[in-house]
Amino acid sequence: MVHAFLIHTLSGSGQATGDATFCRVLYSQVFGSERLPDEPGPRGPERDRLLRKEQLLAVARQAETACKLLQQASGRPPTDLLPQSSDEPIPLQDAPSGVFRLRPGDPFQEAKVVVWLRLLSLGCALVCEPHENLLLAESTLRLLTRLLLEHLKLLSSGSNVLLRGDRIEAILNHFLPQGQLLFLNDQFVQALEKELSTSLAR
Amino acid sequence: MFTAGTESFLRQAREIQDQELKKFCLRITGLLQKEDLGNETIDCLQRLFLIVSATKYYRKLEKKFVELLLSAMYFPKSPEQVQVLCAAILREISPSEDLTLFYDHIQNTKLLSLMSSVLLAQGNKRDEVRDVGLRVTKILESRQPEGQSLRYLLPVLSKVITLSPKVLKEDQINLLNKRLIDWLRYASIQQGVAQISGGFFSNPRARQPGPITEVDGAVATDFFTVLSVGQHYTEDQWLNMQAFSMLRKWLLYSGNDGTETPDSDDKSELEGSIMSMVSATSTSSRLLPPKERLRENAFEYCQRLIEQSNRRALKKPDCELQKACLVEAVIILDLLCRQDSSFMYRTLSCLKTLHGRLCGDLAYVQALLPVAQFFLNHSEAAAVDSEAVYQHLFTNIPSELFYNSMLAFEFIQFCRDNIHFFNGNLSIFKSSFPNLFKFLAWNSASLISEFVDILPVFIDASTAIEMLHVLLDLPCLTAALDLYLRSSFPTAEKPLWDPSLKPTSCLDGVRDPYHQALFQYLLRPKAKGFIKGLAPLHELLKPMAGCARVIQCAETVPILIQLFFTVVTEFADGTLINQLAVLLLGRSGLLFDVPQFKAAVHREMSSQLLVLCKLHPSLVVELSKELLEFTGTIRNIHSKENIFTHVVWAIGEYLSVLYDRRCTVELINKFFETLEALLFEITQFRPSATLPKCCPRVITVLMTTLTKLASRSQDLIPRVSLFLSKMRSFAQSPAMTSVYSEEDTETILTRATELMNLLKMPSVAQFVLTPSVEVSNPRYHLDTNTSLPLALQMASRLVEKEASLLSWQVRGRPTRRPGETNERTMRRKDSAEGEGE
Repeated sequence: MVHAFLIHTLSGSGQATGDATFCRVLYSQVFGSERLPDEPGPRGPERDRLLRKEQLLAVARQAETACKLLQQASGRPPTDLLPQSSDEPIPLQDAPSGVFRLRPGDPFQEAKVVVWLRLLSLGCALVCEPHENLLLAESTLRLLTRLLLEHLKLLSSGSNVLLRGDRIEAILNHFLPQGQLLFLNDQFVQALEKELSTSLAR
Repeated sequence: MFTAGTESFLRQAREIQDQELKKFCLRITGLLQKEDLGNETIDCLQRLFLIVSATKYYRKLEKKFVELLLSAMYFPKSPEQVQVLCAAILREISPSEDLTLFYDHIQNTKLLSLMSSVLLAQGNKRDEVRDVGLRVTKILESRQPEGQSLRYLLPVLSKVITLSPKVLKEDQINLLNKRLIDWLRYASIQQGVAQISGGFFSNPRARQPGPITEVDGAVATDFFTVLSVGQHYTEDQWLNMQAFSMLRKWLLYSGNDGTETPDSDDKSELEGSIMSMVSATSTSSRLLPPKERLRENAFEYCQRLIEQSNRRALKKPDCELQKACLVEAVIILDLLCRQDSSFMYRTLSCLKTLHGRLCGDLAYVQALLPVAQFFLNHSEAAAVDSEAVYQHLFTNIPSELFYNSMLAFEFIQFCRDNIHFFNGNLSIFKSSFPNLFKFLAWNSASLISEFVDILPVFIDASTAIEMLHVLLDLPCLTAALDLYLRSSFPTAEKPLWDPSLKPTSCLDGVRDPYHQALFQYLLRPKAKGFIKGLAPLHELLKPMAGCARVIQCAETVPILIQLFFTVVTEFADGTLINQLAVLLLGRSGLLFDVPQFKAAVHREMSSQLLVLCKLHPSLVVELSKELLEFTGTIRNIHSKENIFTHVVWAIGEYLSVLYDRRCTVELINKFFETLEALLFEITQFRPSATLPKCCPRVITVLMTTLTKLASRSQDLIPRVSLFLSKMRSFAQSPAMTSVYSEEDTETILTRATELMNLLKMPSVAQFVLTPSVEVSNPRYHLDTNTSLPLALQMASRLVEKEASLLSWQVRGRPTRRPGETNERTMRRKDSAEGEGE
């Protein structure tokens, strides 16, 4: 089961200036709230929500660091990953990706494993349960990223990922329902893509 | 693309004030009330979603407005976009106290799934998880509503059991077990029909469904699985895919929830599953209770997946899926055997064959880990020898695939999860540590935090020495692995190494037989003791030292060394401690020349040397030869200043008969002479020598140590006093003032004066500089928790017994600095100087 999905920025890699060096979570969905311990004392909904948001930001920041370190180790300059033109298809198979573990209590109550993928100046990440099938998680993340690219025109200039919430939600509802990783063979994927297109066209 | 425009847009969304938000909500209210569900409404809802999600702070939406969003979700005419957006907004503002959902009447499973996602986000304050679970179970149990697909509900069920383990009752679990059996085992093996409305041009013959095929295009020979291919899928085939996706979770849930007693199963429940009654071919399993039957079916399903994963897939994505399925199947088989040992023998033979297959095919390497896990869990119970499995896993995989970061992560996770096994008698694991370090050397940034968990397991008296060498050579190993890849795949299209670096000389050098042997040693798969002389390899690999991956790896070494010593000092005896100390002294000069690596490692080595001395003070006597050699080499002051200072301090501290009876006057004199000559050289000959400036701390520590030694062999006192008195003229010489700042000179002179004064009273000097264990061990002056009575007792003892001594001493110290009240303070300063790195 996936606990959360997020799209975030990767600083130091885009053309954005100034404040954009901060890591920003552009979209996130948490699948079901985390089981929280029965702590005494008041804990209003506002605090719960704040905690949730901070947790996701913490994941995004760690993914950003992991990505930066991987990039550094590869010895390639960051510009190497920028496309020549925005129309050029991105070879998703080669998109840098990785995985790291979050220890219990930091930032989530229970241990989690994060699978991340870099898409030029954006990062996508799945926060999974500790013993999730990582091969499946990784291929699902690649699939989701491909669909996001196709349906949101994620990387073409002018488009705004911020105002396409419905599309992201629809993609997730089809391919990662309630955070369930699905064993989809190619025919299943095609059938779901058809369904997705119909629901987005309406 | 994330641009400055997006950033400012995000900021605008964050900065929207409550008043503006209220107005905006009013506008949406107007639209929704008019039942205007067109583009304008959708656009407004998109913006509202952004506003509530862009900030981590709570956005208050009116209760009435929340209800309106809810009813927009329910509204039958609402397009999916509106429903999805409303759900997303409600989820974003959750947990929300204004939210009351009534969904008992909802038959639309898609909508129900959407609602569930909102409810499950509420934090289970009002038992929402339970409500959702019961509702979903009820629909899954009952006859499927017309035109509705159950496949939207299985993920909800899966989430519910993840969030709250005690939601379902046993009879519900049993019923769901039966449904899962139907979906898993008895899905249609004919393709589904395309959902085209029979238009004028549609060809009725084209819609004839064919049989399901395998991933390689052959007609399916057995039941439907996720690896079965068809042009279109039927409802039960969709459910099959969903059911398998949640199978592991479900088996864990239904098997471990205290519902182990099968006696509740009565006949009426057996009839609940109509399909399985009709199409079941095996009669023996049909009489089992549902839980056992589900396990039986899960077992068959996994076996079929293992068989299917051996086919050559026509499409690349299916090939990827085969790998994921294989991993999942093995994990489920392991789980089944843990839950019911009667599966063991069937699984065993199946996995043995599989292992043979996997050994020859690196494409499926990830499945080796669950296979090994199975053997770890069960080989003892099944009384089979699984040595070959571990042997292959630990020997071949790390050396061949260390660059696969996902595998590396899973491999180390596997090791961490099984530490309890390895801590027993699995020698193969322990002896494979040089191999496992290849994962770390290549993926150091992502693996270091995992590695600190497993490192302690490798360390015991037999491996400690080699391990420390391996740790110190880690960056060198990274460089060697880089070269290994370059020489193994010279024409790789997407090189795994830094393409900007062209270490031609290294590649040539590695090929000559002399280097080749060292290279092979560095890349050894198993521990085989330490050989001397990796220095030529350091020299050869020097061009790689600046490579980013090597630097990243070098940064992890101090952390690992620290951890290593924390573990090793728990069990190390005198002999091992001596070996480690010699190793540290020796290796301090033999380190791979990575920027900043040396300094960081020296810092760590210094503090660990002190730890070793403290633990085993006799070290100074036992290793006197090595220490004399080390301190007698003037080069060491400059190249290893940190370590040198610490060693000198340790000599002064621990070279005493108090710590070791073997500490003779001759030995003290020997050390004294060596250090004296050294100090003489750096202070008196300095102006003429070309040696670089020596840190004032080295000088003060040397002076202090000489004084300490003199206090223990009092014949030396006149010598050291004379020496110390010469320090003033030394400090005022022009060569000296040109190198040292006034502050430095002042420090040196103050220390010299203090020591001189102390030496004027040999008995006091001895008490201060070499306190007996009974005086120094309680360390009242350091213990912040000393109770008042203890402190008073101590004070009175001092006053009564040593009153005369104290008063005399205070009067007798002309250059006492403010704040220094007695000799104890001074001692503390001195020791802090050595230790306080």
